[in-house]
Amino acid sequence: MGVQVCADHDEAVADVRDGSTVLIGGFGLAGMPTRLIDALIRQGARDLTVVSNNAGNGDTGLAALLDAGRVRRMICSFPRQHDSHVFDRLYRAGEIELEVVPQGTLAERMRAAGAGIGGFYCRTGVGTLLAEGKETREIDGTTYLLEKPLPGDIAFIKAHAADHAGNLVYRKTARNFGPVMATAARCTIAEVGEVVAPGGLDPEAVVTPGIYVDRVVSA
Amino acid sequence: MSLRITDAPRSKDELAAAIAADIPAGAYVNLGIGQPTLVADHLRDDGGVVLHTENGMLHMGPAAHGDEIDPDLINAGKVPVTELPGASYFHHADSFAMMRGGHLDVCVLGAFQVSATGDLANWHTGADDAIPAVGGAMDLAVGARSVWVMMTLRTREGAPKLVPSCAYPLTGVACVDRVYTDVATFDLAEGAVTVTSLHGVARGELEALVEVPLRFA
Repeated sequence: MGVQVCADHDEAVADVRDGSTVLIGGFGLAGMPTRLIDALIRQGARDLTVVSNNAGNGDTGLAALLDAGRVRRMICSFPRQHDSHVFDRLYRAGEIELEVVPQGTLAERMRAAGAGIGGFYCRTGVGTLLAEGKETREIDGTTYLLEKPLPGDIAFIKAHAADHAGNLVYRKTARNFGPVMATAARCTIAEVGEVVAPGGLDPEAVVTPGIYVDRVVSA
Repeated sequence: MSLRITDAPRSKDELAAAIAADIPAGAYVNLGIGQPTLVADHLRDDGGVVLHTENGMLHMGPAAHGDEIDPDLINAGKVPVTELPGASYFHHADSFAMMRGGHLDVCVLGAFQVSATGDLANWHTGADDAIPAVGGAMDLAVGARSVWVMMTLRTREGAPKLVPSCAYPLTGVACVDRVYTDVATFDLAEGAVTVTSLHGVARGELEALVEVPLRFA
């Protein structure tokens, strides 16, 4: 299916359902699709599972979604930060569930979901609390943990620019989880700095090919 | 290698300088957030060391100031940084493939505790009200070719942090190769702990403090 260029952020998120798993790009605020998140707050979907590296910084973006009480479960690698006061309060009050996943395993689980891989063995986490309940296997003398794919219903990512084919380019370290999340969700929505004219992106420089992108909306 | 001895404990900067001096020329290196970041300030300009940051960059430069600050260019601690000639950007799955796939020569991490057999505890205090946050620590612990720890040897209360067995939840098992502290440097290999430098502490004092059998280089 082709890519839809949305008129605004509200249109882009209009059909997000309660109970969805939403992959949200960004590392801290770099690459965080804040305007899509703000639109999702207005849209009202609740009981969400959110997958993101952090659990909100300050009071904007993901932190605002958490503060609005829309998120039932957070899957992330690094929730605790100096400015994660919204998450900290919800967690200590027992109002949000937390699954902590090592950062590389988080990325690889989404990569697996996007690549049709049913699971993978990795060394990260062997012998730790995060191995509890997971299958271990010895391969050529090394112990590995079985990790399963992590697909999303929706991905919200931020990119520098898109073309009308949905191809994306990113900017510096704001790229982070965007390309891997784009592959892992049934519907990927990209918030971009600009939508350029056809032929406006160098095909050699495209990072996320448009096949992974369903909707784009410019800031 | 012979035992090096100096009269006074090392300051954080002296410790960072000692670690920087031990990083081989041309190495690909990841510095953990917090104190290990200081090591970058002591790398020689002509040493060719390449810094990796987990959020998707090689040839990371120093912290950005003033007009250089770009919210799209940050390090793992979310501090604005700069790019050096030769820099590249890549997504998270690639970045962690570098870390988990044995492509980094050295990582330097902080620690709550390290065991004599190289177990690392640095992500979770295990306290009931603690919010666990692992980030990339477990990936680095198993993936970097050499895992170095930078820490004070004692807690604020005076308890040793090099221990027979970690009391805190583990980050990785038998993964630490070397421990740099204010008062001594330790090499860990095959269950043996070898002291390679002493700073303001006598052999006997160190042996009495750590409760771990020590060899001296």
